[in-house]
Amino acid sequence: MSWEVVIGLEVHCQINTDTKAFCGCSTVFGAEPNTQTCPVCLGMPGQLPVLNTLAVDKTILTGLAIDAEINLESKFDRKNYFYPDLPKGYQISQFTIPLVEHGHMDITTKERGDRRIGITRIHMEEDAGKSMHEGLEAVSHIDLNRSGIPLMEIVSEPDMRTADEAIAYLKNLHQLIRFLGVSGADMEKGQFRCDANVSVRRPGEALGTRTEMKNMNSFRFIKQAIDYEVMRQIEVIEDGGKVVQESRLWDSVKSESRSMRSKEEANDYRYFPEPDLPPLRVSQLEVDNLKAGLPELPHQLRARFEAEFGLSAYDADVLTQTRELSDWYETLVATHPSDPKRCANWMANELLGRLKEMGSDIANAPISPEAFGKLMDRMADNTISGKIAKDVLDAMMNSGISADTIIEEKGLKQVSDTGAIDAMILDIMAANQGQVEAYRSGKDKLFGFFVGQVMKASKGKANPGMVNQRLKELLQG
Amino acid sequence: MPFSSLSHIQERLNNAETTAVEVAQLYLNRIAAYNDTLNAFVHIDSAHVLAQAEASDKYRAEHGARALEGLPIAIKDIFCTQHGPTQCCSNILKDFHAPYDAHVITKLKEAGAVLVGKTNMDEFAMGSSNETSAFGLCRNPWNTDCIPGGSSGGSAVAVAAALTPAALGTDTGGSIRQPASLTGITGLKPTYGRVSRRGIIAFASSLDQAGPMTRTVKDAAMITAAIAGHDSGDATSVADAPGPQSQADWLAVCDQKDMKGMRIGVPKEYFVEGMDADVRVQVEAALKQCEALGAELVDISLPNTNLAVAAYYVIAPSEASANLSRYDAVRFGHRCDNPEDLLDMYTRSRDEGFGSEVKRRILTGAFALSSGYYDAYYLKAQQVRTMIQQDFLTAFESVDIIATPTSPITAFKLGEKTDDPLTMYLSDIYTIAVNLAGLPGLSQPCGFAHDLPVGLQWIAPAWREDVLLGAASAYEATSHWYNKTPQAFDQPSGGET
Repeated sequence: MSWEVVIGLEVHCQINTDTKAFCGCSTVFGAEPNTQTCPVCLGMPGQLPVLNTLAVDKTILTGLAIDAEINLESKFDRKNYFYPDLPKGYQISQFTIPLVEHGHMDITTKERGDRRIGITRIHMEEDAGKSMHEGLEAVSHIDLNRSGIPLMEIVSEPDMRTADEAIAYLKNLHQLIRFLGVSGADMEKGQFRCDANVSVRRPGEALGTRTEMKNMNSFRFIKQAIDYEVMRQIEVIEDGGKVVQESRLWDSVKSESRSMRSKEEANDYRYFPEPDLPPLRVSQLEVDNLKAGLPELPHQLRARFEAEFGLSAYDADVLTQTRELSDWYETLVATHPSDPKRCANWMANELLGRLKEMGSDIANAPISPEAFGKLMDRMADNTISGKIAKDVLDAMMNSGISADTIIEEKGLKQVSDTGAIDAMILDIMAANQGQVEAYRSGKDKLFGFFVGQVMKASKGKANPGMVNQRLKELLQG
Repeated sequence: MPFSSLSHIQERLNNAETTAVEVAQLYLNRIAAYNDTLNAFVHIDSAHVLAQAEASDKYRAEHGARALEGLPIAIKDIFCTQHGPTQCCSNILKDFHAPYDAHVITKLKEAGAVLVGKTNMDEFAMGSSNETSAFGLCRNPWNTDCIPGGSSGGSAVAVAAALTPAALGTDTGGSIRQPASLTGITGLKPTYGRVSRRGIIAFASSLDQAGPMTRTVKDAAMITAAIAGHDSGDATSVADAPGPQSQADWLAVCDQKDMKGMRIGVPKEYFVEGMDADVRVQVEAALKQCEALGAELVDISLPNTNLAVAAYYVIAPSEASANLSRYDAVRFGHRCDNPEDLLDMYTRSRDEGFGSEVKRRILTGAFALSSGYYDAYYLKAQQVRTMIQQDFLTAFESVDIIATPTSPITAFKLGEKTDDPLTMYLSDIYTIAVNLAGLPGLSQPCGFAHDLPVGLQWIAPAWREDVLLGAASAYEATSHWYNKTPQAFDQPSGGET
């Protein structure tokens, strides 16, 4: 009998505000340890939190983008536990009434097609500092620069059934968050971290005991960790054992997970309402204003690119991965509206491919959409062939010189003059009379040979369409 | 008896009959003479006091006087000050120096006040007798075998024995009013949200409020005027709070001379058995006097009064259990010697640093919040809190103000209740409900019983400190209790003025 996998995800996402959630300290990444701290985020006696309203707005914006309900009155709570990088001995979070509830995210996977994943809630909280133990003897070091940085925790329903669905959900969420500009979501900097709750069951049965895989910050590791955990749980059950409810840590070096703490050892967080902060009240008007300012979302953009420009699903997907990409493409087609499909194709394959090789990205592309568009124009008006265009693009990206100048200087203009092409064809036929005979006696395949010879003779500049047409006519004799 | 009040000093300063330095020196002399006996102050830096006074005299000469120019005010050890240690009378904060001033300290400085040292208190403001202080007990100047009340015991004693003309205290369940009552001075707890809590070491955040402890009602108004107001750094401090705004507004309400047309509610639940008969006599006499001033006494009921202490001793410890988690020996405060590991560092540092009453409350609070008990304790206590608030709202539909005894008894003997926390907790039986409801409350002296002061408590609707101060002023104008100083400390030392 088969097993059904049940996955729910909790994403901790750093909200990109200039200052921390409850004090005025900078949130810039990578500063010297403990240089971005103040009495509030150090948990000094008598210090009080003051809520960063920009972080509230960005959480609401995220809620609106997943079609969620915004609670006009939500509450902050204290989550109590002792750890040296948690200065107050409690984390300010939202427990009973989060700011955002009941949203969803649509995903698509090859195996299971289109599915809607419920998002239970998004609540605001503050990050803890960072403890460092490695390379230190008998001491630990603590960096509190991160203490108090605003986070939103995005909690899904246990709606995913495969690791691929989990990854699809996370990728969509990651993309959405970056589109909204509410987070840098840089996974390497820990700005987008994921806990995965995984259980298995026989189809139709009640939910199995779940384990929680903590704090993963790469899509690859998350998939590996989920796959590993599913296998592990199935083995445990099939061997007659029981899955223990526990938190587990993924070791990406050994590609295995190990137990962190069991339910019995779990903290009792003793949540209670944060008395230093009044209930968080937002007006419907504020929510409406934020809604009005909501940008076009990735799925809307994808649909529009397909409908308006006739793009393939693949190209539409590639060009909507980030706002920078879709903006670049829109500028490109705005200045060169003649052939949006060619633009998309060339941008998705040729331009992005080259940028990737360079280790760069669209935001740092050495050429502008306008310059790229000129290259598209030269193909559209038959000045150059696609093959030549690739060389021109290489040259443009290396030098920053315009397509027209490169074509002019290197003499790459396509030969579309019938007389010149005929002369080349006749020369080649004269030099290859045996092949001409063979072709005329039915060896059609030789046609390609003649095309190749003509293109070679023209150094690639002959208009391929005309070469085909004239060759056919002249070979027939 | 050097000066009768803060306003008396102000008058003399304004008339150039004395200087801030002379005034400061006079009180420093009295502190030098009497503090060894009373232990009202746990930290004094005479040179710093004189330097502030000198700067104040200079400021007055150059720019004229600010609201509290040159006036000495003692500070409870719970207020963070950049100068000197802030220890909350706890070993866990021994020698802690805050790198900031509490918001109210900044405001006092801006008003030209001269800050006079740190006063003794119950550790982390947890206590009703000042006996939980890690820095020694504090004695009631009316009878040095007696407690001064708490937790702002040092501030109360300093004012009562005229070691300072005024002091700041904090009040979470009666910590200003109860010691004021037991030492025969005036103490005001403002409406919750009137005064910023920023930089005041937190005990129970939803209840804590700072206020003045003075010899007269007008003095209390003067200080409240200076420290009140919205602070963008405290989300619970209220913007655009109603009531008096300027110093002149606050002083004007103290001009009230009678109580004509005033309806004073007298809650029957506050005059029940367990109350000292002699205290009762004094309070009832005071109420009669109010009647003579034109007030109408109205019998009212605050039916949930008997639940207040129980609710308080769930809510306050719950909040405290979290507020005191930051004393973890990681960044500041006491750390035990040679910890074996992290857990050992936490447990031993906290065990050594906290006194037994503080530990009791942390444990009580952590228990009340723990999984499986939250609904039965914390949530239930919050429901009771709402009922108590509702009791007051209902009462204020028919009366302008409520009058009660501040404490059911007079100051008791040192050590008498230290082994019996539950009886100790009942010391605040009349003051706690006011904190739970967030209302303003004031205690003023209204007589003596057993040769010890008795206090009269006034409770007004939220933001109606004007009503509170008006009634108290009218009563004070026809009584002489406020003007008494304990005889043993009545000899001005360091020069008569």
